[in-house]
Amino acid sequence: MDDLDSRASAALADIDKADTLEALDALRVSLLGKSGIVTAALKALGALSPDERKSRGAEVNRIKDHLADALAARKQVLEQAELDHRLASETIDITLPGRNGERGGIHPITRTLERISAIFSRLGYQRADGPEIEDDWHNFEALNFPPHHPARAMHDTFYFGDGRLLRTHTSPVQVRSMQGRQPPIRIIAPGKVYRSDSDQTHSPMFHQIEGLLVDETSSFADLKGTLAEFIRAFFERDFEMRFRPSYFPFTEPSAEVDIRWETEDGGSRWLEVLGCGMVHPNVLKNCGIDPERYTGFAFGLGVERFAMLRYGVSDLRAFFENDLRFLKQFA
Amino acid sequence: MKFSENWLRHHVPTKASRDELSATLTAIGLEVEEVTALGDSLDGVIVARIISAQKHPEADRLQVCEVDTGNGTVQIVCGAPNARAGLVAPLATVGATLPGGIAIKAAKLRGVESFGMLCSAKELGIDPDASGLLELPADAKVGTPLATYLGLPDASIEIKLTPNRADCFSVRGIAFDVAAALGGQVIPLDAQPVPAQNDATMQVVLDAGERVPRFAGRVIGNVDASVSTPVWMAERLRRSGLRPISFLVDVTQYVMLELGQPMHAFDKDKLEGDIVVRPARANEKLALLDGRTVELGDDFLVVSDSVGGKGARAVALGGIMGGAETRVTDTTRNVFLEAAHWIPSAIIGRSRKLGMHTDAGHRFERGVDPELPGIAVEYATRLILDIAGGIPGPLVDVTLPEHLRSPEPILLRRARLARVLGLTVADDEVARIFTALGMKVEAQADGWKVTAPSRRFDIEREEDLIEEVARIHGYENIPTSTPAGALTLAVEPEGRLNELAVREQLAARGYYEAVNLAFIGNDVLQRWGMTEQLVPLANPLSADLAVMRPSLVPGLIVALSHNRARQQERVRLFELGRTFRISAEAAARKDAPTETPTLAIVACGNAHAEQWGEASRQLDFHDLKGDLDALIAWGGEPERWAIHADGLPGWLHPGRGARVTRDGKTVGFLGALHPQLAKALDLGADAHVLEVELEPVLGRRLPKAQPVPRFPSVRRDIAVDVPEAVTWSQIEQTVRQTLGNQLKELRLFDRYSGKGVEVGRKSLAMGLILQDASRTLTDDDADRNIREAVAALEMACKAKLRG
Repeated sequence: MDDLDSRASAALADIDKADTLEALDALRVSLLGKSGIVTAALKALGALSPDERKSRGAEVNRIKDHLADALAARKQVLEQAELDHRLASETIDITLPGRNGERGGIHPITRTLERISAIFSRLGYQRADGPEIEDDWHNFEALNFPPHHPARAMHDTFYFGDGRLLRTHTSPVQVRSMQGRQPPIRIIAPGKVYRSDSDQTHSPMFHQIEGLLVDETSSFADLKGTLAEFIRAFFERDFEMRFRPSYFPFTEPSAEVDIRWETEDGGSRWLEVLGCGMVHPNVLKNCGIDPERYTGFAFGLGVERFAMLRYGVSDLRAFFENDLRFLKQFA
Repeated sequence: MKFSENWLRHHVPTKASRDELSATLTAIGLEVEEVTALGDSLDGVIVARIISAQKHPEADRLQVCEVDTGNGTVQIVCGAPNARAGLVAPLATVGATLPGGIAIKAAKLRGVESFGMLCSAKELGIDPDASGLLELPADAKVGTPLATYLGLPDASIEIKLTPNRADCFSVRGIAFDVAAALGGQVIPLDAQPVPAQNDATMQVVLDAGERVPRFAGRVIGNVDASVSTPVWMAERLRRSGLRPISFLVDVTQYVMLELGQPMHAFDKDKLEGDIVVRPARANEKLALLDGRTVELGDDFLVVSDSVGGKGARAVALGGIMGGAETRVTDTTRNVFLEAAHWIPSAIIGRSRKLGMHTDAGHRFERGVDPELPGIAVEYATRLILDIAGGIPGPLVDVTLPEHLRSPEPILLRRARLARVLGLTVADDEVARIFTALGMKVEAQADGWKVTAPSRRFDIEREEDLIEEVARIHGYENIPTSTPAGALTLAVEPEGRLNELAVREQLAARGYYEAVNLAFIGNDVLQRWGMTEQLVPLANPLSADLAVMRPSLVPGLIVALSHNRARQQERVRLFELGRTFRISAEAAARKDAPTETPTLAIVACGNAHAEQWGEASRQLDFHDLKGDLDALIAWGGEPERWAIHADGLPGWLHPGRGARVTRDGKTVGFLGALHPQLAKALDLGADAHVLEVELEPVLGRRLPKAQPVPRFPSVRRDIAVDVPEAVTWSQIEQTVRQTLGNQLKELRLFDRYSGKGVEVGRKSLAMGLILQDASRTLTDDDADRNIREAVAALEMACKAKLRG
């Protein structure tokens, strides 16, 4: 009896010292296995008297449970250590760059144009388009520019041999959108336009967005409200705004819209951002719409101007150089 | 249009400050571009006369002047080259502070005392001229404060005029707008007819029909043309941007600026016979005031004298400039004044054709008040008589009434006004605005009947009147509201991708969007062999921007090279834009050129951005083909697309290029640039391009859902070797045709040639995914399928099954 006790005590010390799962398993076999000392002690119970057997049995089983618990506890410790070791050995450098994460980007003009179009599409304006090579009627005549009108001279037009021309504004899309159609009309027409002028502040090709609304109730007040909302939505802030009388053959009354823009020196100045007006009755008539029943307003804006203001681009020409060091700033 | 602020205030007195005046002008549509303040601080500067000027004892360039101040004399040391005895000039007295901030004190200059400073125009801030002392007329009253004498302070105000406001090319035209906006009144013009003192006159014949329906003139005899232009007139001209020239010319300029009527003064003694206004003869020559001789044709109009009948000479280019031979000079004694009405269409474009620009031409192009000629002649006559004397003849005023139109009354409906503006303007205010603008107003039950003055020939219809009310009442006083009209919801077809989605997809695949000009040079296109169906501009800016681009690729390659030259080894760009072509037949029919929305990408450098994880390699054909596949896949109908090795354009590598078709129609190309072209462009074999029409790419299938397969699929892999020339597409077709519907997918997962494969052959390993809609395929089914596939490949593709 004392023998089992003392051996069990020694075994408990061995279990604590076992430093591999294999050594621990060998210990388990030598203690609890078929020929282990506990098994031997249990077998030896048969030779005892019933009374002795009962007390001795309880004693052996107690030792057996004690050893089994110790083995299990140690096993858990060793398994945890092994897992820890494995996990440590599997650690990677998570700071290495990810694979194939590169991305290109959309041109700032597209980005601006889409942002503006999206704002108007939320107001129910439908996108429209027309040819870039236009005829005189759509680009000028239908828009109430009579031949030899001084406003034509201001348009620096590119012509083709057959008398056609590159559209000088997106306004002909107004005409195309109204022809063969009756109000209510709400369209937004973004696109390329052309003027034969090239210097630091003029590109022979640039982008405009034309807006047109025709219905039975629209007024100049609606035009003011629409553009004020647009400016607020585009810049995500309020601006002091002014509508200044101006002249376009295809609208009357006409206005240019200025916003109060903060300059870098802390001051501010008026900056022209839009042209607009009530659609001229002649234009409605030219498109087969009754100007007595319907009124409408139109507006036009330069996309490059808005992109320059929004993103702080100071040189117009940067938009058309396609330098990746520029384009990547808008990715 | 530039004018003197004081001149304007003279015609429309107002208490508004300069800033208020300027803001008002902009607010009513006469946008102020620049305000230049003149002579702001001239306290202590007076008119003085140099009595004597002696050389400074110590300095060559200085003089010691005795100067009469009207209140005694002072000694002034002066360095101006034109300082001389008798000269009347401005003197800044001790205590004055000049506009530049110079405080005038008594000082010693090189040992000589000086009590003030004689000044140039620049030092006084009234003109950039710093060449010497400002010379004042000899009769200027000594001792008068200079500001009083010159009518200072003043400002030059420059406004930008829209093409419809020709009437504001005059001080009085502007005055009516200011009066309406600020609530003042324009002082009536004193242009009473000047009674004739003799019967000296010229006969005027108008022989140009509607183009010149009115001509007024007058002979003034015995004029002293050598008088100096009075200071007040010269200053007004100067502050309005015109240099005084000589008295008679200055009067005509002055009347033009004040009233808006361009005028001309002839030396009557140089005219021969009478006056005829007629179209110029073919190749008729005329020497002009500016020294040029121009050659004219019948689209120009001239003033001609009458001697010589049909060969009579032209003496002025109508509506634009006078002639040199008959010009007035200081010795002119007898003057013939001219003020005619030339209609815009007779003048438009003529100056530009001759490469010139004149104030007269500019005004007539935009239109001038047809009632003005007579008034202008009377007004100019009065000025000349008052200043230079002379004997006036009777006014000549010839008109062709059938070509002169008086303004018609226009009805403005109250309801229309309110509807267009979204604002009800009080009746009184409407009437006040029109009256202040010089219009006649008659109240009607439903609005107003308004007649514009003849100078406002831009007022032709109701909308014009609405605009007048709006801008004078003030755009800022119109409320803001939201359109409340009916709205129809636009239908966006689901069967079409939008362009933004395509752009985003390309950006997600590593491409940056480029935007090129839509024109390109002929020489570039020549190099690319793109010489057919081109659409050239008639008036290009330059040779390299002469043709509408027939393809996006050349421009994108220029952008690619631009970046390569700037240390960007790996460049990936795309562009969406239109390409332009016209066939010979279409051109013959005068059809419009075709504009094809097109998508193109160009790439060079490594297939992937430089990285650590995988071996790097240059991009190749199949990288771009992958981009195309991705674009096609999005539309959901890859079966409608195919690529072909034939029919390539010359700019592609014939063995590494492909023609792209959709439904059998060619819609684009992709591949490596032809090596010769690449070399010429200084590019390597890695430069690849894809160009495809945009519309087919945007096409998208509307999904029609099928049940998900209920039975599992089986996969079998095989490897075959085939001759090099056998294409994957041949193998794919063979297998698909053989296995039909049970073949769900065929995946190529390895391609190898080299050791272990016979020379001239290649090994292809592929996975066949088999599935049946009605049952689970057995191993036997799969084995049979594979046997059939291999047998077919052996037959059709000379394939041998490997391992």
